Amino acid sequence: MNAPVDFDPVKDAFAKPLDQIDVSDPQLYRDDIWYPYFARLRRDDPVHFCESSFMGPFWSVTKYRDIMQVELNHAAFSSSSTFGGITLRDRPAELELPMFIAMDPPKHDEQRKVVQPIVAPANLLRLQETIRERVGIILDGLPRNETFDWVDRVSIELTTSMLATLFDFPFEDRRKLTFWSDCATMDIRAGGYIDSEEKREEVFRECLGYFVKLWNERVNSPGADLVSMLAHGEATKNMTPREYLGNLILLIVGGNDTTRNSISGGVLFMSQNPREFQKLRDDPKLIDSAVPEIIRYQTPIAYMRRTAIADVEIGGKTIRKGEKVAMWYVSGNRDEEAIDRPNEFIIDRARPRQHLSFGFGIHRCVGNRLAELQLKLLWEEILRRFPAIEVVGPARRLYSSFVHGITHLPVRIPA
Amino acid sequence: MSNMPKVTYIEYNDTAHEVEVPLGLSVMRGAIDNNVPGIDADCGGECACATCHVYIEPEWQDKIGVPEPGSQEASMLSFAAVTQPNSRLSCQLQMREDLDGLVVRMPEGQH
Repeated sequence: MNAPVDFDPVKDAFAKPLDQIDVSDPQLYRDDIWYPYFARLRRDDPVHFCESSFMGPFWSVTKYRDIMQVELNHAAFSSSSTFGGITLRDRPAELELPMFIAMDPPKHDEQRKVVQPIVAPANLLRLQETIRERVGIILDGLPRNETFDWVDRVSIELTTSMLATLFDFPFEDRRKLTFWSDCATMDIRAGGYIDSEEKREEVFRECLGYFVKLWNERVNSPGADLVSMLAHGEATKNMTPREYLGNLILLIVGGNDTTRNSISGGVLFMSQNPREFQKLRDDPKLIDSAVPEIIRYQTPIAYMRRTAIADVEIGGKTIRKGEKVAMWYVSGNRDEEAIDRPNEFIIDRARPRQHLSFGFGIHRCVGNRLAELQLKLLWEEILRRFPAIEVVGPARRLYSSFVHGITHLPVRIPA
Repeated sequence: MSNMPKVTYIEYNDTAHEVEVPLGLSVMRGAIDNNVPGIDADCGGECACATCHVYIEPEWQDKIGVPEPGSQEASMLSFAAVTQPNSRLSCQLQMREDLDGLVVRMPEGQH
């Protein structure tokens, strides 16, 4: 933490002139002090323009209803990578990374439909026993009476294994997926391995090289995996290597960073809310509503960006053609006008799936039910084994305003 | 005496629920307000999630029709699982007098 000890984020958020609030500052998320800044914006300036930030000028949409409006108006709010895609930072044109989440209809629709069967109900049913078995192995391998990092041992291990299965990726190399995922979203100012776009491109080349080999194998002998689907899909089989890379990165990040952080967040929230955890232990059927509540409360992707391709009015403000807009899911999910007692973690809400964490409209998360399934099976197996998971130190958080992540969570499971 | 139109929702396991749905309310809302299982409606009726997917029984198909090509409903339905030619998003079906007695079936899951 860089902030001085007596720094009060609530005071700061409510005293600051509005035009000095920059919610894209990754420090707010690393220090876990983002909340009051959005509370201020929702109250005083729900559609807010930030003139100068590291990401350049951008609009913030902070209320649930307004976010839904932007989501639904994909004709005026483009996702296309040709305008900068779905994250606030504009990359140089030669580094443009096309992927279906960063495309508009009709191409978006065509490519999305190629991979969609991987999460069809029948396939999820087929995956269920594999996931449960894997969860069991991971949990049974955890130490007792000893502090360990839940993120590394459980959250990363489970999501990366899942992804390896979906890609039919060599299992022993699965941590490469974790590495590529982390590199793809890492803020170059975070002090991590990726400190320049050149370095990121280097990692991308390694990732593409590995996956081109898998593509070539599966052109001739396809399986039921994502690489085979891409290699044989009408809308994807003639992709450029850059587009293949983009879609891989999308699927890798989508399957890794998101569920990982909901797995970590869930353990943290249960430890901070012992009465809710008790409720869950008393009635394990509540897992069905606890899972979407964990996903809402964590909000693993803090925002998605759009670019206005026409002048549009949202919440009384006019957004001009060419301007960037961030839909802050992390804020909409705490909007008291849309969600009852939004700051409380309540595992038995009446409508737990009314949250923004998966986005809405045509870009709504394609893997949402797989994410829920993994969390559900994990919590079922946790309840079956452990009476308690003690969080024994502070969570460390990711320096990023896009991936809302927990990097370390020290826990101890009593014997 | 009630003259409110009725809708019958049939779950995937064939359990039928007959519910009164006020004119102008959506078929989705009728299910949610009466705790009919099998319709999720994650987005609350914005045509933004495709989790209120129903199959229209054949005898009602002509009255209900199909989603307009190029509409948000057509687009969202194209991303839904297990769709059929008689698939609709029930949040887009407003209750009318001539729909009294409508019968819809729910898919195995809303995803």
